Amino acid sequence: MSARVPLPAWVDRILLPVLNVSLAFLIGGIVVLLVGQNPLEAVQIMLYGAFGYGDGFGYTLYYTTNFIFAGLAVSLAYHAGLFNIGAEGQGYIAGLGVILVALWLNGTHWALMMPLMLVAGALFGAFWAFIPGYLQAKRGSHVVITTILFNFIATSLMSYLISRVLKPAGVSADESARIEAVTRVPQLREFIPFFGYSPVNLTFPLAIAALFGVWFLIWRTKFGYAVRALGFNPTAAHYAGISNARLIMITMALSGGLAGLVALNEVAGVQGRLILNFMAGAGFVGIAVAFMGRAHPIGVALAALLFGALYQGGQELAFSMPAITRDMIVTIQALVILFTGAMGEMLRPPLERIFARRAPAVARPAE
Amino acid sequence: MERVNHPDAQRPQGAAASAPAIELRAINKSFGPVHANRDIDLSVQKGTVHGIVGENGAGKSTLMSILYGFYTADSGDILVNGKTVSISNSSDALSLGIGMVHQHFMLVDNFTVLENVVLGAEGSALLGRSLSKARSELQRLARDYGLEVSPDTLIEDLSVGQQQRVEILKALYRGADILILDEPTGVLTPAEADHLFRVLATLRNEGKTIILITHKLREIMAITDAVSVMRQGRMVATVPTSETSPEALAELMVGRRVLLRVDKDEARPGDVKLAVENLTVADDAGVIRVKGVSFSVRAGEIVGIAGVAGNGQSELLEAIAGMRRPVAGRVIVNGHEVTTHGEAGAAELRQKGLAHVPEDRLRMGLVTNFEAWENSILGYQDEPRYGGGLALDIGASRREFEGRIAQYDIRPANPRLKTANFSGGNQQKIVLAREMERDPDILIVGQPTRGVDIGAIEFIHNQIVKMRDAGKAILLVSVELDEIRSLSDRILVIFDGEIVGEADPASADEGELGLLMAGVHNKEAAQ
Repeated sequence: MSARVPLPAWVDRILLPVLNVSLAFLIGGIVVLLVGQNPLEAVQIMLYGAFGYGDGFGYTLYYTTNFIFAGLAVSLAYHAGLFNIGAEGQGYIAGLGVILVALWLNGTHWALMMPLMLVAGALFGAFWAFIPGYLQAKRGSHVVITTILFNFIATSLMSYLISRVLKPAGVSADESARIEAVTRVPQLREFIPFFGYSPVNLTFPLAIAALFGVWFLIWRTKFGYAVRALGFNPTAAHYAGISNARLIMITMALSGGLAGLVALNEVAGVQGRLILNFMAGAGFVGIAVAFMGRAHPIGVALAALLFGALYQGGQELAFSMPAITRDMIVTIQALVILFTGAMGEMLRPPLERIFARRAPAVARPAE
Repeated sequence: MERVNHPDAQRPQGAAASAPAIELRAINKSFGPVHANRDIDLSVQKGTVHGIVGENGAGKSTLMSILYGFYTADSGDILVNGKTVSISNSSDALSLGIGMVHQHFMLVDNFTVLENVVLGAEGSALLGRSLSKARSELQRLARDYGLEVSPDTLIEDLSVGQQQRVEILKALYRGADILILDEPTGVLTPAEADHLFRVLATLRNEGKTIILITHKLREIMAITDAVSVMRQGRMVATVPTSETSPEALAELMVGRRVLLRVDKDEARPGDVKLAVENLTVADDAGVIRVKGVSFSVRAGEIVGIAGVAGNGQSELLEAIAGMRRPVAGRVIVNGHEVTTHGEAGAAELRQKGLAHVPEDRLRMGLVTNFEAWENSILGYQDEPRYGGGLALDIGASRREFEGRIAQYDIRPANPRLKTANFSGGNQQKIVLAREMERDPDILIVGQPTRGVDIGAIEFIHNQIVKMRDAGKAILLVSVELDEIRSLSDRILVIFDGEIVGEADPASADEGELGLLMAGVHNKEAAQ
């Protein structure tokens, strides 16, 4: 029993996230002040670094690509009431699928290879998420636990495979053989010189397409209807004749497939080879992106862009302001995750009080 | 339920000389444009049970929340024992001797009764002293008011009725002289409800004042001394219970005449549409809840299953609806034996012409986060009329639902409103419209009017009779004996998972049915 009045939609979806991010930057600014630097200047450098010139913007979009896929992966599972923490491991395993196909048909034109590598990455990622899905559906093992554990298994397995199996003779670094230039996913700079030397590639438009695809899947198909019914109320889904177990497994597999597309960007688009830990936390950022974006593709797109800009702008900042180290950039990123994710609801009660007084059009009595 | 004896039925008048326990003067409370309480005056005499009735949304809970300090009134005065007070939180209320027993219990499940009673009133940093003090106090309260609960039992091991007793004990332990009970019998079996009323009668006789919020008029008639009726935020009447009737109260609540009985013609039963043979069903924990039940339902009749909640009705309904795989036995629907029980079994049953209005619309029948139109296709979402292939035809689904909004008078008439924002009665209409408009051969209905306003109950009952008259086979499961008696053409009584008797609603005696429901197989044994 409480006197809470729901917030107007625009406050809930726009103002609240904007305030959260502002608060994170405010505290980040204090941190910058503490090390004796000008926070406004720091913001300027970050913004310029992320959006101000072709190379920087290209890097921002490259990071954004990863975060969109990972964010969509977490969001899709979330709609089914499943908390997929394993995008990191699913993407990592997907790298194996991408590199196997790429090396198998190395030298084939990318137009043919891109779909093949995409399917291989998605399938490997899907497989890695399907197992926790199966364990949840049939054995009741919670996906949060199993996907975390599967991240560890993926890390160890991939370390072994990369350093012992895929590493060509005579190479000192732990990495696979290289994918030939003609097979790699082409860089956008080949078509748009504006992007300079940045690694943003054709996977970026694919990520945009994935945003539309996931939106359509969730809100415009019967499958999405069933997924949402399951996520909101599994008992009602069962009542509606939906097989919850089957749906959990399919949704987890699709989620893993989306996470697997990070590998297409990294392995086939950027690195051109399989390297250790190429995910670099993108799967975990996906969780923050999904939460901040309210598991809606538009929100995911904006949140992914924000984190992409933070990653790229942060690197520029560390470069331009030596007093601000890499660790401090990570701190600021962590602040954004903290304020938008973990403490994302902190400002809701005061906002509700303000808007209950000012715009009470949607108020309902307690009964 | 029988009227609980009033040792001094004239008490309200007798106590009138002293100041009322509670007096509210011109209370107003608005939530934005919704005026939940308008100029409410209420006077509750000491040592009486005062009922407050009204439909959902009439403002009862808001008023009680003001009294208990959850909300502050926009204007108006509250007087307790003749003194003007201000109550801004629940500890203010407690210090004035006002205690509240919530509809949904506020207990810690893995604490003992004693620990729950003490919680928040520990008194000192070390528990030992307060626990032993509470233990003797509990024993005294239990003795004085007939509220026996073992103090060392965990809450999770108690029945719902016993948990409620702990809630009452909590309030009394904190020194409450005025007890507010919000829909206390909603979760109770009839026997537990009777026991509660005996406790309330004892409390009143000991000088406590009780405010009883309910929408069940039978309870009002059985236990209260005076009753106040609310409608649309206003207090429309306060009358001594002895001078009113359920019909008069219903009319005051709804604002128009309400038929409390269902008008229906003789049933003209046809072929058997639903047959259950030797059905044995276990619950999720593997406990057998339905034990070898057999019966059949013919076209054009309503078979009612009467029983106290928790005697296997839920499992029986779920097994017939294809949601639960029976341990043994058969369900035959429209001449076909049902084979795919379990995971996606409900889908097959729907294809075979069986529709299911579940017992608990919020837990099972609706996805409350869905917009209303989305719920209007729940269970039928794969039908081609809602889009071929993978795509969902949103336009067609919404248009169809708009037609039903008009036909079933669903309010507000907004197909895109979130289902949680409809009242209980309108939510139930969304479910009924969905299941009935499929033109099923068989309709199984669980608790069709639970938590539904009187006005909507009338409509829902008439719809069910209309389905019967259209030649549908209807299985009705309800814990409301009145509902079973007024709707059914045949009554089966379920007790402990077995059908223990069959009765003709026209001739069945309520006492006899009550004994069957309580598991007393022959009358001699009861006497």
